[in-house]
Amino acid sequence: MIGLARTSRAGVVAAGGGLRVGIDLISVAAVEESIRVHAGRYLRRVYTSRELRDCANSAGAPDARRLAARFAAKEAALKVLRAGDEAVPWQSIGVRADRFGRPTLELTGSAEELAARRGLEALDVSLTHEGPFAAAVVVARMRGGR
Amino acid sequence: MNGDSRTVIRSVLREHARLPVDVDTLGDDADLFAAGMTSHASVNLMLALEDAFDVEFPDRMLTRGVFDSVSSIAAAIDELSGDGEPSTAGGAG
Repeated sequence: MIGLARTSRAGVVAAGGGLRVGIDLISVAAVEESIRVHAGRYLRRVYTSRELRDCANSAGAPDARRLAARFAAKEAALKVLRAGDEAVPWQSIGVRADRFGRPTLELTGSAEELAARRGLEALDVSLTHEGPFAAAVVVARMRGGR
Repeated sequence: MNGDSRTVIRSVLREHARLPVDVDTLGDDADLFAAGMTSHASVNLMLALEDAFDVEFPDRMLTRGVFDSVSSIAAAIDELSGDGEPSTAGGAG
């Protein structure tokens, strides 16, 4: 259960213990440039096949705004995972839409293993992109409210 | 790794790392992330290094520590080229 606590002036805030949060902001132009310079190698090394399908426009070309939001989600997740010196390939953190179209975070391989070691039992993600920027926030609940 | 290789690494950094400072003002051991390289720029750096040195970074080397300085990159390139000891640098960022 994610705990909430009231403060005297700021309304309701998360009760700190038991939660971790990560945030990341990225320039959409940086992703556009990577697609232009490195093309398929960039896409295949960073994004899951599901993400590439979800981020293709009607012509089948990659939508840099949506990919940028997903890269931000990967980085936000790495902050929650406190990856430090661990090797966590970008593809081991993926975003997929649930049946209602809401983004969900999917960890596999080393990211999944690290989450287990860190005691993370639930993660959620929110994405946004506006103009030249995309951003993501990841929240994780710690096992046992640690 | 010889000086020519470090020169190539610096050239790749200049072109792909989007550093807000001149890479030639940074020492070989200077922290590139602290100097302003973003995580996304490190992806471009990795791909450009693979092109420049005809190597491929395996998943185990996709760590922050491998890409955080000219020296650590040089050690990784040495290892991938068969010229050095296995890298112990690590840390995804």
